[in-house]
Amino acid sequence: MHELSIALSIVELAEEEAERRGVEIEAVHLKLGALSGVVKEALLSCYELACEQTPLQGSRLIVEDVPVMIFCLHCQARRPLQSIQLFSCPECGTPASEIVQGKELEVVALEIKECAPNPA
Amino acid sequence: MRPQPRLIEVRKNVLKQNDVVARALRQRFHGSGVFVVSLVSSPGSGKTAFLERTLASLRPRYRVAALVGDLATENDAQRLARSQAPVKQITTGTLCHLEAAMVQSALENWDPGPLDFLFIENVGNLVCPSSYDLGEDLRLVLISVTEGEDKPLKYPTIFNSADVAVVTKMDLAAAVEFNWEAAYGNIQAVRPGMRVFRLSAKTGEGIDDYLEFLSERLAELRRAETTISSS
Repeated sequence: MHELSIALSIVELAEEEAERRGVEIEAVHLKLGALSGVVKEALLSCYELACEQTPLQGSRLIVEDVPVMIFCLHCQARRPLQSIQLFSCPECGTPASEIVQGKELEVVALEIKECAPNPA
Repeated sequence: MRPQPRLIEVRKNVLKQNDVVARALRQRFHGSGVFVVSLVSSPGSGKTAFLERTLASLRPRYRVAALVGDLATENDAQRLARSQAPVKQITTGTLCHLEAAMVQSALENWDPGPLDFLFIENVGNLVCPSSYDLGEDLRLVLISVTEGEDKPLKYPTIFNSADVAVVTKMDLAAAVEFNWEAAYGNIQAVRPGMRVFRLSAKTGEGIDDYLEFLSERLAELRRAETTISSS
């Protein structure tokens, strides 16, 4: 269970960005690859915990699942992997060791709170 | 006042901090010509016995040392010290894996002298260590014949992140009716082309191929470093 330390890193990263830009965060958008080694459900519950007593308290974590894509040398094409228990091309069956997508663990965007309407 | 956009793009790797430290470690290791191997496996698969045998077998020809990670106790370091190699324990407390910064701080107040090989034994866990680069040259995943042939299918992420696999406790293979072909096939399914060694850390059977492989990899590293420094 290393999701809490991952969640703490996400909060820290988002906090730094928010401070640097002078904004308040409503939600953090994360890309999570199927080979990242991180379990989404565990991460979501840890996120809430990690946000406590930080400026991100009450914010949401929005996770986009990223499937694994391989590059098939035989087809010379990118192909989605059908199962992470079988690293071979779904079209031609050639074993595939080149992974082009699916290891992501990346904060891609921050949703920020709208400013209070300017009285002027 | 201009209204703020609701969504701002960031694109930041969450483990960037770890990756930065790992890269610095790798540079430092390569600079001093050390080949670094990290070991991952489930608890009880025989990592420490395997490492003990590895250290003892390499020691006549090479300068070797080991860092061993565990949640608690210094038992592994004490066992490994029998091999006469410098060994340092990293106790992680409640953390289920090693991170690059822990390796870095373990190295700060420990001087094993000039080395050929440094082994880093991760905490026994086939899930969490997969995400963390430790600056190693080779990630070795160890499974024992008593664990069942389908381990690779149950933990594909760590097998896919590893560079080489070792199947150990081969001296027990017959007793547990271990099916080598099935295990090998499962490893290849989740990591096509991965080199797999089968051996017994207890009897030493099959260990020569693996030691030879390590020697070759060290020689490769040294050649690459010589090319870089002379160019």
